[in-house]
Amino acid sequence: MNQTTSTLLTWITFAPMGGAALVMVAVGLHAAGVISKEQRDQASRLIALAASGLCLALGFVLWRAFDPANPNVQFVHHFSWIPAYNIEYFLGIDGLSITLVMLSVLISFIATIASMPWWPGNAHLDEHHFTQRAVPGYMCMLLILQTGMTGVFCALDLFMFYVFWELMLLPMYFLIGIWGGARKEYAAIKFFLYTLAGSVLMLLAIIGLYYNGPQEVVDGRLAHTFNILKMAQWGRAGGYLAAPLVMGFSFVRIAWVALFIGFAIKIPMFPFHTWLPDAHVEAPTPISVILAGVLLKMGIYGILRVNFSVLPQATKWAGLAMAVFGTINIVYAAFVCLAQKDLKRMIAYSSVSHMGFCLLGMSAFTQQGIDGAVLNMWTHGLISPMLFLIVGVIYDRAHHRNIEGFGGLAARVPEYTGLLGLAFFASLGLPGLCGFISEFTVFLGALPTHQTLTIISATSVIITAAYYLWAIQRMMLGKLNEKYADLPDVNWRERLTLYPLAALIIVFGFYPQAIIGLIENSLRNLILPLQ
Amino acid sequence: MEHELANHGAEATSAIVQAAEVSWLWLIPFFPLVGAAINAFLGLRIQRRFGKRAVHAIAVGAMLLSCLVTELVFWTQLWNRPPEQRFVENHLWTMFHSGALKVDLSFGIDPLGMMMTFIVTHVATLIHIYSTGYMADEPAYWRFFMWLNLFVFSMLLLVMGSNFVVMFFGWEGVGLCSYGLIGFWYADLDKAKAAMKAFVVNRFGDFGFIIGLFILFWSLSGVWNQDNYVPERGLSSNIKGVAAEQQRISPAGVPLGPTMEFRELRNQVSDESSGMAERLKGLTLWGFPVIALICIFMFVGAAGKSAQIPLYVWLPDAMAGPTPVSALIHAATMVTAGVYLVARLNFLYALSPAAMTVVACTGAATALFAASIGFFQYDIKKVLAYSTVSQLGFMFIGVGVGAYWAGVFHLMTHAFFKACLFLGSGSVIMACHHEQDMRKMGGLSKYTPRTRWTYLAACWAIAGFPIASGFYSKDEILWKAWTAGSLSAPWIGHVIYIVGAIAALGTSFYMFRSYYMTFTGDYRGGAGHAEKETLQDPHGAASHAAAAQAPHTDHTPAAAAMLADTVKHADAASAHDASLAAAIAADVDHGHGAALVAHGSDAGHAAHGSDAGHAAHGSDAGHAAHGSDAGHAAHGDDHGHGGLPHESPASMTVVLVILAGAAVLAGFIFGLPSLWTGHEPMLEKWLGPSLPAAESIKWVAASHGEELFFQFLGLAIATGGWFAAKVLYDGNRSLVPARLKERFAGIWSIVFNKYYVDEFYDATLLRAVRVLREVLYWIDQNLIDGLVNLMGFIGRSVAYVDSAIDTYLVDGAVNGVAAMTMSGGRAFRKLQTGHIQVYLFGALGGGILLVIIQYVIR
Repeated sequence: MNQTTSTLLTWITFAPMGGAALVMVAVGLHAAGVISKEQRDQASRLIALAASGLCLALGFVLWRAFDPANPNVQFVHHFSWIPAYNIEYFLGIDGLSITLVMLSVLISFIATIASMPWWPGNAHLDEHHFTQRAVPGYMCMLLILQTGMTGVFCALDLFMFYVFWELMLLPMYFLIGIWGGARKEYAAIKFFLYTLAGSVLMLLAIIGLYYNGPQEVVDGRLAHTFNILKMAQWGRAGGYLAAPLVMGFSFVRIAWVALFIGFAIKIPMFPFHTWLPDAHVEAPTPISVILAGVLLKMGIYGILRVNFSVLPQATKWAGLAMAVFGTINIVYAAFVCLAQKDLKRMIAYSSVSHMGFCLLGMSAFTQQGIDGAVLNMWTHGLISPMLFLIVGVIYDRAHHRNIEGFGGLAARVPEYTGLLGLAFFASLGLPGLCGFISEFTVFLGALPTHQTLTIISATSVIITAAYYLWAIQRMMLGKLNEKYADLPDVNWRERLTLYPLAALIIVFGFYPQAIIGLIENSLRNLILPLQ
Repeated sequence: MEHELANHGAEATSAIVQAAEVSWLWLIPFFPLVGAAINAFLGLRIQRRFGKRAVHAIAVGAMLLSCLVTELVFWTQLWNRPPEQRFVENHLWTMFHSGALKVDLSFGIDPLGMMMTFIVTHVATLIHIYSTGYMADEPAYWRFFMWLNLFVFSMLLLVMGSNFVVMFFGWEGVGLCSYGLIGFWYADLDKAKAAMKAFVVNRFGDFGFIIGLFILFWSLSGVWNQDNYVPERGLSSNIKGVAAEQQRISPAGVPLGPTMEFRELRNQVSDESSGMAERLKGLTLWGFPVIALICIFMFVGAAGKSAQIPLYVWLPDAMAGPTPVSALIHAATMVTAGVYLVARLNFLYALSPAAMTVVACTGAATALFAASIGFFQYDIKKVLAYSTVSQLGFMFIGVGVGAYWAGVFHLMTHAFFKACLFLGSGSVIMACHHEQDMRKMGGLSKYTPRTRWTYLAACWAIAGFPIASGFYSKDEILWKAWTAGSLSAPWIGHVIYIVGAIAALGTSFYMFRSYYMTFTGDYRGGAGHAEKETLQDPHGAASHAAAAQAPHTDHTPAAAAMLADTVKHADAASAHDASLAAAIAADVDHGHGAALVAHGSDAGHAAHGSDAGHAAHGSDAGHAAHGSDAGHAAHGDDHGHGGLPHESPASMTVVLVILAGAAVLAGFIFGLPSLWTGHEPMLEKWLGPSLPAAESIKWVAASHGEELFFQFLGLAIATGGWFAAKVLYDGNRSLVPARLKERFAGIWSIVFNKYYVDEFYDATLLRAVRVLREVLYWIDQNLIDGLVNLMGFIGRSVAYVDSAIDTYLVDGAVNGVAAMTMSGGRAFRKLQTGHIQVYLFGALGGGILLVIIQYVIR
């Protein structure tokens, strides 16, 4: 089946950018004295909502129009961008990327709702809250971030991929660094430098792939290409194996490791994970939502899109190492969760643990393993945003996140308790909620390739249950802490963010085929050369 | 999937059972789900607006509908079919399909599933009805029924699921509901902790379950070659985990390959022409036979759910939940899921003598171990909890030695008599104003006759007296253990029999002990008469769990003063509680909270009386206590604290009578031994199609006389236990138990403290986890993040040095030049005086200098 062309992806990718431009117009109007500060802030909020809402609607159209039976890329938008280096503007999606595009438009919209201020008349509305400070700047950054994320998942030209990858870095830095918590500068710089260090390695590897890659005739001269599909074809045929040695090592392995480290920092994989808890703890709630919901998936996506497809031989060589690191991620982070006193930190570490499932699953090179890994990106992308929203609710009210500092809240805020319970149980893999399916599929898929590692990893189901239930017990059960005798329950803005996620978590718990049906064919092609 | 088999058409033989699609099976679990959903989202509003009656109308109504559908399935779909065709299925949708892994949301009912569905729906309905009486004063009534309905939904998924995954949905779902119901009165942190313990311990089991399942799944389509999995051609394709293009079909027409469906698995394994059974027996992994690994891993799951050694520790703590929950979840249904699992997979277990031996031995060990703990417990629910653990052990002996139907039969009879016992204990606890300590009961036969007779009937059943059901099931299990021929070694069966027989003796003893302590002799509880009430109630409030009985206080001023003190204390505590109760409104722990509130009013009056000077008279706290009636009235609690024990409302006693009837008659109807009648028992015949492996189990031949002898032995054992209990505890007059306790204080305290197993786990496993998490977090923060920060520090240091170099060397050079220019300029400035003659001198000097230089150079 052939590629289908469309400009839909360009619209989805750049609509938020357009929104950002409109926000700038609002800023200009304010500067010119046409509108007041309040009007400017409200306008930028509305623009952000409209832009990300539009993306969500377009994402829905995309999903309806996507043909899961076709393993090739679809909705291609392709033209020459920088002819001197044969760099192309090349957007397109296959089964792997459509789930993540869907995820990023959904989570961005929910994060945008979560960035709205409290409902009018609420006493908590103060000017230090992140929803009140420098609103147009915040909204601009949020929108640019969305463009960066969507672009990463759509780009099929490696140069473009890299540009989007870096594009998403900068707004994230500012969003944490300006609108964050007490140690925001430390966290933002740590995040930025860490990711940038990875990007440098990635860039070197990309250049290496470019110069050792396939050549084609463009405008009457022979040129290298950044086209990922052509590179993958070349790599699958063993083209990169012929590349000269680098410092005595085979090129494919060096390139693979360099790319992998760049992506692994983003996952984040042990031992490159320590930026994540800091970034999460300091980031405002919607930014944590995006960070956990979408940004972490870019690492796994990158490995599948570049390492797996372009360098299959090296991927096969590194399978065991990936499984080992995945296992460490899963078990180690689960134990670390058990030691946490800050709720948000605990959830951040649980993200580290759950992203380990992806690594373990895809390292097994079985159909179930890789399906489970990608499904896990989707399920974790629904569950972890909900978890961070849950933390945001309590932090906005109590102004702290110390698990021990609560107690007996269930009696006071039953609705919140129910939602928290749902999110926690989803994350610990209760059947009927979507987290279970991906865990189950990953373990099932990983077992034939890595028996011992899978069994070690599977012990995490016990530890995960322990830390979540222990947190519930300390926060929600027992005698009500008198300090919170009149804690308000969730409000409507929070309901708007929490209930859609809760509903999706249940729906995909019983019908994960909606995702697996999309990804299966593309992923089968991906692991075919790895057998 | 079964119906797809029809496509393979002609070659299908009798080995494959055609499943009939019954499109309305899903209604059975659906009604409880709807009930749960309504109460979850609207329960509080319904309760406020329409009262508790509406809440339980929804819940009980859902259960009645579910029962009705169950009956319909049985009478219209199963009963009228020939035995081998008794299998109906309802395929709803494919949940996911990844390569060879196809998971459907589908229900299947075969004779075994039918029996389980019957037990679950019917017993659950009875317990729902009982709960309307038992929980009548519960503020969070809606939440209770929401959980209860959700539990039934999950349990039905468990027993009706046609594949492992749907079963596992139910498996963990019942765990969740158990968590929610054990911790139902979560304001008491101990109960919340018990709930968490139950869930986490069960997760150990679940871990075993899924690992076993995964090994099984892959073993169906490949071999484990030196720890490296190799797909087998024809069973799977080139890509691991992807189904073969052309599915292999056995000569009898059974499709082979990996599957999650019980029915397909069963067809593959029990179809001899497929060779799958032989193939599985031959596989090894890590040097162990794969089939044993699968069965033992799965048994770990069963041991978690069914509270076997070493994972039984959660069940006694689970008694923190309301008593109907203990009856439904922790006796009749959920805890038997492990037994059900082994019975369901009988065709796998039968392939592995090693796994059968492990199951049977674990069951025997648990039966004896738990029975011995049951000897000395004083909390009536704890006795029943350990009894449950012990009886589950018996069931595992049954399914372990290969007497699958006997294990399942015991499951069924146990569901009746243990539910009856638990509900009876609930009735007793309510009669004694939420007292669970049997030492504070006694003489209840006078006050609660219906409870007494039903409890006695259930005791007869569990102890194993003929006619009552326990006799048939337990005796059958022990007899099969004695003659077991499929275990690893022939003598193991005899050992299991002896251990089981001792456990049965213990069962009879501790059950009648609980009966005599509770129902005979004089009432020793809180409220014989007014005086006693005042004296003991504050004590009860201050230390509900205190083991010692309150001493008979003399009416001396000192005692009165002390009493007044206690009362004030209680008063303060209750005032605190009352405000809290108001704050929490919905969810105060009933057992304690409500009692404390009642105390509040009691104590207030008593204290008032003391202040008024009555206390000077010493004895007149009793007068003050009369005022406490007002407190009761205010509380509006018809079974409030104080007063004589009383029989429970009809909603509860009717249920007790029904269950007691079932407990007595079930054995007689379903399991009359073939020795007596000459044909196989009704239940064995009914379950036959579900238990294909039963035919392959070998038994040691034994004469009828021998079997009869063992039946008499069983009777003797039951009688022996009963007699010992009667001698020691009837009327609670004998001083022998106390003397024995003193004499063997050491042993007594070890057993009374449950062999310190909890403490052992705490000191080893939990301690290791606690240390590990601290160590790993320390490593994370100090080594790994330390390294990151070190990199940052190095970066900054380099930058600092850089900037120093920049400032002092590079910039220094630049600045040096600038400084020289400046000072030079300063010096030259002096030349610029503004006097024309000086400039002319300068010009002249310059000209002369040029001439001289030109001359010299030339």
